[in-house]
Amino acid sequence: MDAHHAIEQAARDSYGRLVAYLTIRWRDLHAVEDALADAFLAALKTWHDNGVPNKPEAWLLTVARRRLIDRARHDQAQDDAMQALIEMAKEAQELAFSDTAFPDERLKMLFICAHPAINPHVRTPLMLQTVLGIDAARIASAFLVKPATMGQRLTRAKAKIRDGHIRFELPDAKEWPLRLDAVLEAIYAVYGSGWDDVAGLDPRRRDLAQEAIYLGRLLLKLMPDEPEVNGLIALMLHCEARRDARRNEKGGYVPLTKQDISLWSETMIEEAERCLGHAAQAGCIGRFQLDAAIQSVHAERARTGRTEWEEIALLYEGLVRLAPTTGVLVGRAAAVAEARGADKGLALLKEIPAERIKSYQPFWALTAHLSKRMQQNEQARSAYSRAIGLCTDPSIREFLKQQARQV
Amino acid sequence: MHYTLLFYESAEDFSHRTDPLRKKEYLAGWSHYVKALRESGVVVSGNGLHSPETATSLKRHNGKMLVQDGPVTETKEQIGGIFVIDVPDLDIALKWAARGPVNTVEVRQNIPPME
Repeated sequence: MDAHHAIEQAARDSYGRLVAYLTIRWRDLHAVEDALADAFLAALKTWHDNGVPNKPEAWLLTVARRRLIDRARHDQAQDDAMQALIEMAKEAQELAFSDTAFPDERLKMLFICAHPAINPHVRTPLMLQTVLGIDAARIASAFLVKPATMGQRLTRAKAKIRDGHIRFELPDAKEWPLRLDAVLEAIYAVYGSGWDDVAGLDPRRRDLAQEAIYLGRLLLKLMPDEPEVNGLIALMLHCEARRDARRNEKGGYVPLTKQDISLWSETMIEEAERCLGHAAQAGCIGRFQLDAAIQSVHAERARTGRTEWEEIALLYEGLVRLAPTTGVLVGRAAAVAEARGADKGLALLKEIPAERIKSYQPFWALTAHLSKRMQQNEQARSAYSRAIGLCTDPSIREFLKQQARQV
Repeated sequence: MHYTLLFYESAEDFSHRTDPLRKKEYLAGWSHYVKALRESGVVVSGNGLHSPETATSLKRHNGKMLVQDGPVTETKEQIGGIFVIDVPDLDIALKWAARGPVNTVEVRQNIPPME
């Protein structure tokens, strides 16, 4: 392994740990990131000549700490700040010369990122940046946000963390479900941003789906028995298992029901099923488990050759009670249409408030599809047109155009 | 908040407007998009523009006005159409820009009219 690659590996494994470790002790996330950037730069030079040290984290921590001291002196930091640095120095020494593994405080960091005081829009980007070290420009592209705006939002969130508006302890039992849900939601948003890129044209976004699974696995490692964490992993793995089947050879979009099951990843489906089974043992249902259960029913087609739409429709009923998002309402209508008839599905679509679906593409795609089946051709053509106009993904746009031509 | 979306098209895109084989598809792409914009209720105004070679550019140089055929700057991509939309923030404006049937879009916030 060359030095550059070794450093990348170390960065991958250590970055989140070091940010978490230093932030919890130092609070100034921005200063921590700067110090770590310097430390990795120094590593690139030194490790190239001397090889990667035994304990890369301890090495990086020592350098980063020195940078923080310089900065603290320059800013004429107060005594307690210097005291924190001295403590860190001791710990760094101990870590370097003992068998203890470097402390993993990324769980706390994930909860800090999804804290109620942090604007929901910035929670996911903050996680990507602090735990995975992804830069603001790349995050901005993935979420279709102006890079300067993304930078400002991250800076504001970091100021909140620095200025002590956020408790650094894990939430207590009373707060736990809500706080955990915010963490799960933020991780799932990472997956969604990678998933939307159906065509896989943008490797940076495809990688984000991988990053989401990495974060999910990290969370699972830290909380192996939490049912909703298992549910989230199961959900993401079920979706990920179908990645190769979502496109044909020409790069065109293939809807779930038309996918070639031989292209589904059996290993990922098996792992998803294991997680879902483990989650079920807790006897505490949640929205991620329900969503994963829906995907699990779809996955059964690989064994049985058919899709149990009635079962999916019932699972959606449960999901609507727990998390009635627009996406869930549209998903339920689709399942009900398959199970009980297109007219029943259309009726459910009509119940969704107009304000919520004005520019929600899947609503119009489903309206078009069901209208076509009901031979309401005028309505089908109009809905297809609107769905195409709302599309951001060229491969789905092409797919919808083909569908529209058949009306 | 008003935002202007400037849709840039390549020479190839512009040629699709008159190509008998591509014309229908090209126009359909815009009509779907315009329909979605209008029915979502965000349009303030909007127009497609004739191709850049039909442009006339005026440049004052040393006090003398020079009139030229063609666009002001010769770049690979030229403005093919403009939409002004009224949406709550830039994030939503960018989402609308991403839905457009072209590969390049510039988004700018409008200066509010003077009192």
